[in-house]
Order: sequence, then structure tokens, then C-alpha cells
Amino acid sequence: MKHVLSVLVNNSSGVLSHVTSLFTRRGYNIDSLSVAETENRGISIITMVVDEDRSMVAQIEKQLYKLMDVISIENLSNTDSLERELVLITIKASREKREEILSLVDVFKAHIVDMSEKAVMIELNGNPRRIRTFIQAMTEYGIIRMARTGTVSLPFPSAEE
Amino acid sequence: MEKDSKKKTSAKVMIDLLKKNGVDICWGYPGGAILPFYDEMYHSDIHHVLVRHEQGAAFAANGYARATGKLGVAIATSGPGATNLFTGIADAKIDSIPVMFITGQVGTKDIGTDAFQESDTYGMTIPITKYNALIKDPDDVARITQEAVSVALARRQGATLVDFPKDVQATTTEVDEPGEFHLQEYHYKNPPITGQLDRLIDALNRSSRPLLYIGGGIISAEVSKELREIVEKANIPVTSTLMGLGAFPGQHDLFLGMLGMHGTGYANKAVMECDLIVSLGARFDDRVAGDTDEFASQAIRAQVEIDSAEIEKRVHVDIHVQGHLAEIMPLLNKGIKKASREQWVSRIQTLKEENPMVFNRVEGIIKPQYLIHRLSERTGGNAVIATDVGLHQMWAAQYYTINKPRNWLTSGGLGAMGFGLPAALGAKMGRPDDDVYLITGDGSFQMNIQELATLKMYNIPVKIILFHNGFLGMVRQWQELFYGERYSSSVLTDCNPDFVKVSEAYGIAAKRISKTDEIEEGLDFLMNSKEACLLEVMIPEAEKVYPMIPSGHRYEDMISFDPKSEEGETFSVIPHKSGDRK
Repeated sequence: MKHVLSVLVNNSSGVLSHVTSLFTRRGYNIDSLSVAETENRGISIITMVVDEDRSMVAQIEKQLYKLMDVISIENLSNTDSLERELVLITIKASREKREEILSLVDVFKAHIVDMSEKAVMIELNGNPRRIRTFIQAMTEYGIIRMARTGTVSLPFPSAEE
Repeated sequence: MEKDSKKKTSAKVMIDLLKKNGVDICWGYPGGAILPFYDEMYHSDIHHVLVRHEQGAAFAANGYARATGKLGVAIATSGPGATNLFTGIADAKIDSIPVMFITGQVGTKDIGTDAFQESDTYGMTIPITKYNALIKDPDDVARITQEAVSVALARRQGATLVDFPKDVQATTTEVDEPGEFHLQEYHYKNPPITGQLDRLIDALNRSSRPLLYIGGGIISAEVSKELREIVEKANIPVTSTLMGLGAFPGQHDLFLGMLGMHGTGYANKAVMECDLIVSLGARFDDRVAGDTDEFASQAIRAQVEIDSAEIEKRVHVDIHVQGHLAEIMPLLNKGIKKASREQWVSRIQTLKEENPMVFNRVEGIIKPQYLIHRLSERTGGNAVIATDVGLHQMWAAQYYTINKPRNWLTSGGLGAMGFGLPAALGAKMGRPDDDVYLITGDGSFQMNIQELATLKMYNIPVKIILFHNGFLGMVRQWQELFYGERYSSSVLTDCNPDFVKVSEAYGIAAKRISKTDEIEEGLDFLMNSKEACLLEVMIPEAEKVYPMIPSGHRYEDMISFDPKSEEGETFSVIPHKSGDRK
């Protein structure tokens, strides 16, 4: 099962090495990892999606707590939370296919952000399932380049109160 | 360069702070990138011991920490100096021994340029330290030093490392107090007691066949006294991991010796017969619980542990308590009721009588088990024993009856050959009034043999017993039993040096024995010597360690020594028993 872990860490130069080293060393499977500063420049937030069973995830959380730079860990899969991901994707788009692609972009509520003779670049944000489905749909036109942010997530404030 | 009188160099700030933390000895090896630090050491009254290889420094600091309970400190230069420390760092981490490592690093401007003797020490030591840091700002030196000291000694102890660039070492700073840590408090303060302590106490009071399974945590928490009180009050037998030996008196009638792969027959049978097994400061590792589902599966399994990540890591437990044993043991003691448990205690004695340690004695040939048994008898089980890794290590664990905590120094988790000689050196320097023996083998000894020079240089009277079987014996045993007697690269016979001559070349008196009637004389030689000395003991190449539970197997699959399988007169002994010692 996939678990979304939201980890607050000190924004130190070695923190990412410590986290990834732990995953390599203990052989945990990591689906995605996103890191950025929080409102406090000294603190970063790491959102990671791990595909492991519950007991393994408990073990991962405990091991993470042993890292000096980790401040807190929250398993968002246990709470009512919003998950979002952004994908930028450039696909082949010949004149004949453009209409079809545009209508798909519409269906997914994505945006065309750039276009050339042979290709279009599309931006989509949404929940990870929607992103996956969209990428699947784009595959048949031929993906030239693609970049994903990985999942970020926060609990709904209304659910927390 | 003129020094501002108010300012100190970063190196001096670190040294002064170490001193303030009670560090009065360290082991190391200088080199280019650590020279400003060594220049300040020149003026310091911290005793610096020059080893002959950085790994020796790491293990000496490690042996010192194990034997004294104090922080061990080891120093090396950048690049190869640092990488040579790594085995010792990994050893301190996995066995939870408080050691701080200080490494030189190339100047901050050169970091990342593949400079001469540059290595990414910080990056490479992430998985083998509890805490590590690269100091970039002289104003951070005091804080980082204190963090490294405090974290090494706090909670589950372990290795910390500070990587110290050459230019930073020489730069002056006004900040010589640590100030506020940049760490969450729980990294250096004891955790609160959580879990099911009341349930554990209740289970212990109700149990008719309880068994305590103790580990190194008892030693680092210094709770041997409380343990003994509990055991004697409630008549609960005790078995120990390799790391826990000495935490409970070896000669005690309620002690069963080591459990697991090379545990005693009686300990392993008690594990199979108990109705409650309580782990105290141990971690159900693969040498103890090879088959995780079957391990003591008839019993309620309980675990008391400081590191919550160890709970449920390999083995499912029914009751768990998290916290520091120093705080938990008095509560356990208070909650546990007096009980005689006559049936179980008498069953334990029967198990001992029915499953003694056995080997065959052959006229003229020295059996290592017998020699260790005699050493144990003649020293009353009160010497400090350091070992290397292999057959000799297991024989020592089985036949030397360790009676006191911190008297048993062995590389348990990492199983690092080469540990013994420098660890014995460090231990003897920390405890000059106690007799320190090294029990080693002809394979392990050659991994850090150069430290004989350090023994000689500082005149450290370690007593060395070197078992010579011409093989990497533990490898040979597995090859004989599981690899069709194909001794692939485990033979040393034709290329071993003359160890007596080697020892003498280093200025250390040595003697070789090969016959049974020389054993007592050989032990006399060691026991009477006031200086470092070495006894080389020639033993048969095929001598093996028994009992043995093959890797990953259940306790039921234990292989015991079959006296009929080889010639000689069967000798049996119960090392864990009161009353039969002179």
C-alpha cells in the first residue's frame, strides 16, 4: 500500500543525503520524493510516497526519527488530506492529431503552455491518480519529455479541527 | 601569525571542550589535513596515543569505551586516514559503543575539487554514525563538538564523527561555548517510558517458566546490580547475547550462558521451554533468532528497549516497553514479586547437567576449549577478555566465564577481525590495574598485527593468547559442514609467519606451546609477566565450535558435538555454575 509521509527537517546541506542513505541502506521502496523550503527558511518539508506494508512504514518512521535533522513525521495516509502533483509533459503533435489532443487536454482540465510545429507542452496538476491517467492517455501520441514533481500533501484543516 | 590573546583557534576550542567533557586520552595518527589540530594537541594534556594504523585508533578508542564506559576518541587525517577508520566506526555504531571520531579535511576552498587526500568523509559516514557533521564555520566548532560528545553518550550510544577542514582548525574564534544545540531534545535526552510496563510486570509475576534474554543494553545502562536483584528475588533464569556477557555473573546458578547460533545447549533448550521470554537491551538479531517466526514461539515474547526502531524490527513481540533501562529496571524491581519457582529452577539445573559443554581431549594435543577453561579457572573469571572474530571468539564466549560487566570486549554486530589487539590496548590503558587478555587467532591477529608496536611503545602489558590452526577457522568450519569440505581460500598453513619471532621483533616476549602438558606453564608465562607478552598455542586445524544452530534455522535444529565422531576422551564442563571453581 502507498503511504504519504510528510517530514519536517532542518534545512541543512546534508539532510537529503541522510534521508536517502537510510532508504538505500535499509532497502525501502520510495515512489516519489519532493523537497522544498517551508515558510521558515531554516526548515524544509519532505513529502515522500513509499510503497510498503504498514509494519514496514512504522519501521521507516522510527528510523527517520533517529536522524538528527528530522523534526517531525506525519503519515498523511492516516488522515483526511489533499494530495497534489504537477506534471509537465511534451508530446508529439502533428496537425492531424492536434484536435484530438486539445480535447483530451480539455477533459483533464490541463493547459497547453507551449506549442511548436511538431510538439505541444502541457501542464497538469491534480491528484496523483489523475496525473497517472493523463500520462497514460498521452503515451499513445509519443511522449518526448516529461517531468513530475512527485506528490505533495497536507491534511485538510477542516478535518484536523 | 600573531594570535589575538582573547581568541583561540578552532582546534583549541575543540580540544578544551573535549577536556571539559572528561576526555583525557585519545588514539590517532596525524597527517597533512589534521596538522593544525595536532599542533594544538602538542600543548594539551590530553594523552595522545600514536597507533600504527588508523583502524587501530578506532578499535583502541572502542575497546577503551567498552571497558570503561567513558567516551572513546579517535583521530585521523583526511582521505585515507579517514577511510581507514571506517571499520571501527561501523563497529561502534552497530554495537552501540560511545566513540567520537575526529577527521581532518582539506581546506574549505578545496572541498569538492578532488584535492590531495580528499574524501567525502561526511557523505561516506552517514550510514555508520549516529551523528556526523562537517564544520565550515569556526563559530560552530564548540556547538558541533558538544553535540558529537553528547549524542555519542546519550540514549542508545554510538559513533559520532566530526569532519574538520584544515583551514577551519587554524582559524580563531571567540565562540568557545557550545550554546544551544541544533538538535531536537530527544536525540540527547532519555526518552520517557512508554509501552506496557504494567503488563510486563504482570506477565513476569504470573509466569511459571520465565527467561530473561539480556544484551549489551544492560552494560551500557549500568544496571547489572538491579538485574541481579530481580533475578535472585524472583528466581528468573538469565541467558545472554554475545554482547551481554558479563552483565550478569557468569558463575551464577541462574545463568545459562549465551543463547543462539553458538549458544550453550542448556540456554537454547531453556529458550524452547520457557513460557515467557523477556529481552532486556537486546535486539533479536539473526544470530539469536535465526528463524524469526519460530524463535521461542511457544512463549510470550516481551522486549524492553531504548530504541523504538528495534521493537518489532525482526521479531514480533507481544509486550513491549520503550525507555532507558536505568529508569525501567528499578520499576521492574519494585513490581516483581518474590517467587521461588522451584520447578523451573530445578529444570534449569537439569538442563545444565544434561547438556554440558563437551569436547574430546586427545593425549598430547591442545584443545583450545580446555585452555580457555583453564584460563577462566585460574583467573577466577575476573580478567578483562578482548577477542578477535572467529572460532576463538566463540570458544572464549562459551568457556571463559565472564563475571563482571565491561570485562568482555568483542566485535559482536560487525564481527570485525582485527578488533582484538587494538581493543585490548585501549582497554588496558583505561583500566591499568586490571589484567587484560587478548584471545585471538592466526587469521584475525594479522589484520592489525602492527599494533604490537603501539603496545611496545607505550609499554602496555596486554597478555595475548594466539590460537594457531593454520586456517581461517570459522570459514573452514562452514566449508566443512556446508560446502562439501572445499576449503576455498581459507588455508593459511604454508604462509603464516613465525609468530614468536614476529612478536620478539617488536620487542614483546613470546612463547609457543603445542602439547597438553605445556598448558599450565604457558598460562604461568602469561600470568606472571609484567609486560606485554604473547603465547602462541598450536591447535588442531579441524577443531570446531559446537553447539551450532545453522544460519536461519530453528532452535530444534541445533547440532551438538558428537563425542563418537572423533578420537579422545570426552571432557564435559558446565562453565555457568557456582561452586566448582578454585
